[in-house]
Amino acid sequence: MTTNHDVVVTGLGATTPLGGDVASTWDALLAGRSGVSTIDMDWVERFDLPVRIAAQLAVDPTEVLPRVEARRLDRSEQVAMIAARQAWADAGHGDDTVDLDRLAVIVGTGIGGAMTLLNQDDLLEQHGLRKVSPLTIPMLMPNGPAAHVGLEFKARAGVHAPVSACASGAEALAWAWRMIRTGEADVVVAGGAEACICAIPVAGFSQARTMSTRNNDPAAASRPFDTGRDGFVLGEGSGIMVLERAEFAAARGAKVYGRLAGIGTSSDGYHITAPDPEGTGQARAMTAALRTAGLSGGDIGHVNCHATSTPVGDVAETVAVRKAIGDHPVLTAPKGALGHMLGAAGAVEAIITVLSLRDGIVPQTLNLDNLDPAVELDVVAGEPRKVKLDAAINDSFGFGGHNVALAFTPA
Amino acid sequence: MSNEDIQKGLAEIVEEVAGVAADDVTAEKSFVDDLDIDSLSMVEIAVQAEDKFGVKIPDDELANLKTVGDAVSYIAGKA
Repeated sequence: MTTNHDVVVTGLGATTPLGGDVASTWDALLAGRSGVSTIDMDWVERFDLPVRIAAQLAVDPTEVLPRVEARRLDRSEQVAMIAARQAWADAGHGDDTVDLDRLAVIVGTGIGGAMTLLNQDDLLEQHGLRKVSPLTIPMLMPNGPAAHVGLEFKARAGVHAPVSACASGAEALAWAWRMIRTGEADVVVAGGAEACICAIPVAGFSQARTMSTRNNDPAAASRPFDTGRDGFVLGEGSGIMVLERAEFAAARGAKVYGRLAGIGTSSDGYHITAPDPEGTGQARAMTAALRTAGLSGGDIGHVNCHATSTPVGDVAETVAVRKAIGDHPVLTAPKGALGHMLGAAGAVEAIITVLSLRDGIVPQTLNLDNLDPAVELDVVAGEPRKVKLDAAINDSFGFGGHNVALAFTPA
Repeated sequence: MSNEDIQKGLAEIVEEVAGVAADDVTAEKSFVDDLDIDSLSMVEIAVQAEDKFGVKIPDDELANLKTVGDAVSYIAGKA
């Protein structure tokens, strides 16, 4: 039974290391391809960085956007705009399909316009004030992707930009759910965007000892839940969904991919980067998602995991899954193929979760050759698995102890 | 440099910064009203024009350059 404020997914858009749109990303994921490759940038050599690999975009955004638009946008804004336009068109929206006072945009990012900050700082140092772009601030501000997408569709119910590290994209979807459930908006364009494969993030994450250094075998570097995992692989991309109040979508005859049935957010209160090893904060997010969705653990057939391929994080998440849901769900970790798109990861993986429910297929976890015995759960490896699903949970967690769980059900 | 050359050079800058076709950058056009150029792009155009034509365009002068013709005359007078 649907209620007045049920939240449905009507449009999907993405640009990722596996493809320039949702269909090519999904196909590449099911085909077992890796988006990880060697970074071909001079700064890798110059600073002798220990990490020389990344999950770089399959399609360069400057090849998709008009030249002048591209030069006015930071790369994180470029990918958001591309994914948002795809999602908007996919949802069948146009200029007059929604009252703009009832349209909101929520796009999160972990780091925002880091590349612009660095480039403009170089110009300031080398050439002085005159060469600093007047667009510097709108390009580097972390609300930039949300603001530009908001302007694109002229959204007037609110434009928001959650910043919660690697949970940002998922938090945007959670926020969108709340806005629709509380009646603040009929349609919300929501997701995440990230593009910061440049020297300082790579150096900083390296110094925190969180990244894989399997430089000699990039495609095998990101291996969630595998005994040989040695850290995450930095990725870039964007995922955007169009979410709508169910009755609004039905009234305009929109196709529906599925329902965002419930959401849960929590915070660890434990450590700035390490997850609580008992997984209590993460479990509370999952439990809250079940509760708001009106589901029980037994209904959840699948968990699309946050698992980033770090030694500590992956196992902590499985502890939380067992605690909140049980030991029956079928798990996967898309980051094996996609790398870790930070603030975009949660949104792209939410899209994958929706497609799993639609098609009854859970993609394999790439590079999962030897399951860590501490996992003690059923993780799909080797090839995709056909599973009839009634409901699934998508997890996202971020530095700072941010936890977000999203509960999806089929259309 | 002739006014014609200045206008041609200015049109190239406007095309590069704002994506307006160079042929549309004619003397009578207003930067804001006709060519839809915002204040941020005007700053970029001014900096590039300073470099290209070897002139200074202070902010208070820039504010008076409403049309392409205004800018051409100003640059011609200073170059």
